[in-house]
Amino acid sequence: MELVTPPIGLLFWMCLSFGIVVWLLAKYAWKPILGSVSQRERSIEEALNEAKKMREDMARMSAGNEELMRHAREEREVMLKEARDIRDQEIAGAKTKAKAEAEALLGRAREDIRNEKNAAITEMKNQVAELSVTVAEIILREKLGSEAAQHALVDKVMKDADLRKS
Amino acid sequence: MSLKALLPNTLLLLGTLLSGAALAQEGSHADPDTLVVQPHGAAAGHEVAEHTSSAHTPEKFNAGKLIMEHIGDAHSWHLWGHTSLPLPVILWTDKGVEFFSSGKLMDEHHRPVAYQGAHYTYLLEHEKIHAVHVDGTVNEAAQVTDLSLTKNAVTLIAACALLLVVFVGMARGYAQRSISAPKGLAKFLEPIILFVRDDIAKSAIGEKHYQRFLPYLLTLFFFIWSLNLIGLIPIFPFGANVTGNIVTPLVLATITFLIVTFVANKHYWRHIFAMPGIPVPVLVILTPIEIMGHFIRPIVLMVRLFANIMAGHIVLLVFFCLIFIFSKNGESLIGGYATSPFALAFTIFINCLELLVGALQAYVFTLLTSIYIGTAVAGGHDDHHH
Repeated sequence: MELVTPPIGLLFWMCLSFGIVVWLLAKYAWKPILGSVSQRERSIEEALNEAKKMREDMARMSAGNEELMRHAREEREVMLKEARDIRDQEIAGAKTKAKAEAEALLGRAREDIRNEKNAAITEMKNQVAELSVTVAEIILREKLGSEAAQHALVDKVMKDADLRKS
Repeated sequence: MSLKALLPNTLLLLGTLLSGAALAQEGSHADPDTLVVQPHGAAAGHEVAEHTSSAHTPEKFNAGKLIMEHIGDAHSWHLWGHTSLPLPVILWTDKGVEFFSSGKLMDEHHRPVAYQGAHYTYLLEHEKIHAVHVDGTVNEAAQVTDLSLTKNAVTLIAACALLLVVFVGMARGYAQRSISAPKGLAKFLEPIILFVRDDIAKSAIGEKHYQRFLPYLLTLFFFIWSLNLIGLIPIFPFGANVTGNIVTPLVLATITFLIVTFVANKHYWRHIFAMPGIPVPVLVILTPIEIMGHFIRPIVLMVRLFANIMAGHIVLLVFFCLIFIFSKNGESLIGGYATSPFALAFTIFINCLELLVGALQAYVFTLLTSIYIGTAVAGGHDDHHH
């Protein structure tokens, strides 16, 4: 029974000290501690939200970048294609032009060659004729130096002429 | 678990072993020749004679007496053997206040002696101070209220001071570091504070009202917990069984009762006096039960804490006393030595268990207080109980 009979003295000290400790702790400990804890929680939450927002912004920005890049790539493709086409056209044009020029050159060359050849042939004909005349003159002088030779020749010519006639 | 958290545990175990040494001295010393009848008259003489008669026959080791002394309060702090620390005695008498050392109420052998104060003559008998006549009979006319700073009162005040130092210091640290992460002791205590806030107060009382009661609940939790732990450390300056004394749970449960009674809203009272949706004949039975419940709940709260902590101390001491019981008060050394390892192992085991119980009871008391407050302030709409 003594165990469950509260002694007045201890009861007094208990009420006094517990009352004081509740009051002092509430005022000087719990208020600042809970205040800064909740402040910290708020700031963490804010920081998290901010980070989330930034992440979203970043995602948005990188999506924009992607779009830009895609555009740029497409543009590049188009430009490249155009350049290729232009180049091909140029080459083709150049080729045709060169071919035509070459043809023309060739034609001219052929003309020249033909002219030269004709000229050469004419000259050769002339020279051959001259030479033949000279040779004939020499041979005639040689062959027809004597009376006999002249007779022989006449005979022969006659013979040939006969042959030709027959 | 960090090393820091293990430290108190290790200290406790060490303390258990040391207290074993202290108790062993106490248990084995049985000097039958030191007690002499004092010339203080009949009552004192009677008291001392009782001592003497029991002391002259070789004093039997009385485990029950030892345990009751250890879990009870005392006017002086027993350290070891015949050494004890006298504590201040404060008496509120009808003639004025008396203030003297408790050492004046006993001689060097711890026998009670009468002390002539300024107003009356006092005698300490079974840890109760009476005003006595010169012949030793109790002075019935004198009104003496004992407000002494007993072992429990000193521990109580010291624990309060400790709480103040720790938490005000912690608050100062928070003020300095602003919102950066807690450091040192705060790193260990902040999760507990948050636990009390989120898992006890917020969940039991509700988002809307919990903030009003949080400072009290936090103080309550740390007060009970620290005193439970202090009670488990068996060496000076710890070991006083404050939470296992009826006063502490009584005061705390009374505060809970008062808070619930004063903050209760009309929904609470309506549920007590006229539970909605219940037919009148049933109400005749139900309402008295509900009214009783309003009073019984804090009483149960009180008994739970008181009984748990007291029982823990008793079990601890019982296991410890096994050594002296089996050694037959020093006659059978073999018995003592053979029992010691087991008794010590069990004591250490129970001490660890009590470490858990100490935290658990602090939690349960705070939680139930929160729940009672929660039912008292819950509105009709967000009331989950019906």
